[in-house]
Amino acid sequence: MKEVLIAERPKSMYKVSTHYCPGCTHGIAHRLIAEVVDELGIQDRAVGVAPVGCSVLIYNYIDLDWYEAAHGRAPAVATACKRARPDLTVFTYQGDGDLASIGMAEIVHAANRGERISVIFINNAIYGMTGGQMAPTTLLSQRTSTTPYGRDPKASGYPIRVAEMLSTLAAPGYIARVSVVKPKYIIKAKEAIKKAFLTQIEDKGFSLVEILSTCPTNWGVSPVAATNWVEEQMIPVFPLKEFKVPE
Amino acid sequence: MPKGRVVIDEELCKSCGLCVAACPTKVLSISDKVNSKGYRPATQAKEGCIACKMCATTCPDVAITVYRIDE
Ligand SMILES: Cc1ncc(C[n+]2csc(CCOP(=O)(O)OP(=O)(O)O)c2C)c(N)n1
Ligand code: SF4
Ligand code: SF4
Repeated sequence: MKEVLIAERPKSMYKVSTHYCPGCTHGIAHRLIAEVVDELGIQDRAVGVAPVGCSVLIYNYIDLDWYEAAHGRAPAVATACKRARPDLTVFTYQGDGDLASIGMAEIVHAANRGERISVIFINNAIYGMTGGQMAPTTLLSQRTSTTPYGRDPKASGYPIRVAEMLSTLAAPGYIARVSVVKPKYIIKAKEAIKKAFLTQIEDKGFSLVEILSTCPTNWGVSPVAATNWVEEQMIPVFPLKEFKVPE
Repeated sequence: MPKGRVVIDEELCKSCGLCVAACPTKVLSISDKVNSKGYRPATQAKEGCIACKMCATTCPDVAITVYRIDE
């Protein structure tokens, strides 16, 4: 009888406990990035740009070189790094408050310029770190601390579909939306992250993966209920698909 | 069916229950122990693991190691 190790911590992840709430799927997205970094063998030449939001401490968890950008400005920092050092694989990791509120101008123009960077965009339909305020991605009728009666489109508009919107631009090479709430989605999410990094490595343009993720704490539900909520409520509004693939 | 065994790091586990929900053979459960942060870690309480890795795939805290047992 012989035991074969078939699932373990990726090499490029520090063995530390994260500060994330129990069941928060930021941790799954982190692990997928680390697995892709390991599989592509780019740990010594991948550079991440951390956002402002719950994932601000990502540099404590994935063993790479990191920048910490001002809120929403990660695409600008990544642009500078990539233009100065085109040999590096440069990516940002950003929440929906960071990317789609305060940072909306940065991401649209970085995508439109076709910067050779990859963007990992975590859409959890809320501002996690600051206590559950409405994000541009908050669903209609969703209760948040700033929409206590549910998001009303007359007062606060509709959820913004970032992947679709950026797909109307000519320059981006790869744009996809995935989720990390259950194994069947997680396996596809990893493939999308790998494709995004390869788009950059093969110099085929800007790449972005939007990841539907959970915030059980600010949604006020259990971690398992949060994964069901993504399936039942978020995916119908934010369909999972590849919107742009390199030719 | 392949056979397997999982090891769950009791200090890293935050008792979220995502692995318990994901396991197709229902061999995982939340234990009565309490770790140093006050969480009750998940554990493999029963035989019958099929080494599918669904638990490790869904663990947000990278607390699960899976072994396949070859006869
Ligand atoms: C210039 C500036 N404005 C506002 C804030 C407050 N702030 C911190 S995190 C955050 C939003 C975080 O939400 P999101 O990007 O969705 O990330 P999550 O915490 O949900 O992962 C805000 C508004 C700040 N830190 N800096
Ligand atoms: S507040 Fe929400 S996004 Fe932030 S760590 Fe907790 S569950 Fe995750
Ligand atoms: S490897 Fe599969 S069968 Fe074994 S404990 Fe994990 S989820 Fe259950």
